[in-house]
Amino acid sequence: MKQAKTIRGHRKVREQLALQSMILPALIVLFIFAYMPMYGIIIAFKDFNIRDGIWGSAWVGLKYFREFLKDPNLWNVMRNTLVLNVLGTLVCFPAPILLALLINELPNGRFKKVSQTVSYLPHFLSWVIFAGLVLEILRPSGILSDLCVALGLSGQPVNFMAHGSWFYIIFVLSSLIKGLGYGSIIYVAALAGVDQEIYEAARVDGCTRMQRILHISLPCIMGTVVVMLILQIGSILNTGIEQILMYQNAMNLPFSETLDTYVYKVGIAQGRMSYSTAVSLLKSVISVILLVVANTFSKKVTDKGLF
Amino acid sequence: MKLKKKKPETFDLVNGVVMILMMAVMIFPFWYCIAGSLNDGTDYLRGGVYLWPREFVLSNYKAVFRDASIFNAFKITILKSIVGTATSLMVTALAAYAMTRPALKGKRFYAPFMTLTMYFGGGLIPYFIIIKDLHLYDSFWVYIIPGLFSVWNMIILRSFFAELPGELIEAAKLDGAGEYRIFFQIVLPLSKAVLATIVLFSLVGHWNSYFDSMMYTSSQELQTIQFFLKKMITDPGTASSLASSAAMAIPAEARKVTPQTIKLAAMVVTSLPIICVYPFLQKYFVKGTMVGSVKG
Repeated sequence: MKQAKTIRGHRKVREQLALQSMILPALIVLFIFAYMPMYGIIIAFKDFNIRDGIWGSAWVGLKYFREFLKDPNLWNVMRNTLVLNVLGTLVCFPAPILLALLINELPNGRFKKVSQTVSYLPHFLSWVIFAGLVLEILRPSGILSDLCVALGLSGQPVNFMAHGSWFYIIFVLSSLIKGLGYGSIIYVAALAGVDQEIYEAARVDGCTRMQRILHISLPCIMGTVVVMLILQIGSILNTGIEQILMYQNAMNLPFSETLDTYVYKVGIAQGRMSYSTAVSLLKSVISVILLVVANTFSKKVTDKGLF
Repeated sequence: MKLKKKKPETFDLVNGVVMILMMAVMIFPFWYCIAGSLNDGTDYLRGGVYLWPREFVLSNYKAVFRDASIFNAFKITILKSIVGTATSLMVTALAAYAMTRPALKGKRFYAPFMTLTMYFGGGLIPYFIIIKDLHLYDSFWVYIIPGLFSVWNMIILRSFFAELPGELIEAAKLDGAGEYRIFFQIVLPLSKAVLATIVLFSLVGHWNSYFDSMMYTSSQELQTIQFFLKKMITDPGTASSLASSAAMAIPAEARKVTPQTIKLAAMVVTSLPIICVYPFLQKYFVKGTMVGSVKG
């Protein structure tokens, strides 16, 4: 009896060791590549140099944060970050919802499937390729310029990339096209979960298609919409750096420099690592605060939230 | 009564037209690129090649496949995608399985330890310093090791594993099977659908990223195809040197290859593998995206 117990005990220890060894590599990777960089954030409060390392460099307190507030680029960078995000959210957030509602109205069949598949296409192209295609379309002897000339909108070929402020439009529209189809997946899935009998009942009562969309489909996916919106607000200071670096040129720099690209350039190209880290820390803190505020607000108003 | 019957029809018609327009917008850029890449390079510069090549040639593709640096970039990208995906899948799936086992001790600590990293990170520069300190900078392993574990994929896998019938695992336990044996011989074979999803996400991610190559490598031999293309697109010098070396290799076709068109051909070649594969895996990534956003 006693022996049986110890055997069972041994097996328990062995089982536990096996489980722990399964999870250990993951924990090590996270510790090194997620938590060590978090520890590295302290260089925002130090004068980092490579020789002394993260720990050995001298403390300077809030020096770099003060410097950032006096940085002549600050307002430009903040303005671009916010404009790109607000414009981007206004256009790119509702669009996939609308597409999902329309897809949901298509009769099940080949056309519906093909529409969905094709709408995912740009998502699977890398930003290098997609931006490369956009630049090809926008070049002075490209199709769009020719179209403008043919329609009499412009006397000579148009160089779209040479107009700095047009960067905003190019950024938002290319984000829209790239993310539209893939972004609709989650809403289409939510709509597929709606009880078909509700639609049947509405049809019997003489509801029009528009009424069904507005009063059945839309309310049914509201929960998903709220969650996605909170996530969006939490990333309001993120601007896709892979995308921007593709479109950035000397002419649009005053409009295309955002927090992300600025952190990258100041930190890597100019080697001002402490300063760059201070800027990115400010960005992360504001993002987390926004996420929490949005979540609390949504919980109060709609009773739905992320956490 | 007649009006009521007609209304949905107009709606369907408009909806169909909207969908066709949407598809045109999605396909057109790539189509335009293919047409350009199949056109004579010098002729292309005159403009006006929109939907169909005007002077059909294959020289641009020949130039792409002959170029040693493009070939090497492809080799690195393929290697990185396969090794990165395989190793990451192993580490992530093992952790996800362990997280579903009730016997695992310390779960209450591990779960927040993992999810916190989804909301907060160290940022670019501290990460860069760690990479340098570990001597991963400018090494092939910088593509692999940091990505060994993905919290996002772990969540997708965990929610799938959790729904497998528990009796199966308990029965195997009674037969004396260890956790590793259960994982490899019972859990993995039952999870092909979710594994396919993760493999697709991971492969596409590896194949399409350029930032890692730009940030963490400096030598030419480690450059991925996307970074190579990025340089061709944003820096005219790279594309023209490529075109001139192509011209030297095949003098007879020199005029048919220009920086513009060789770039387009390279773009087509790079994106074709993914475009050919994704429509067939639709079922899988649709499911994966749903789980990811619901549980995440």
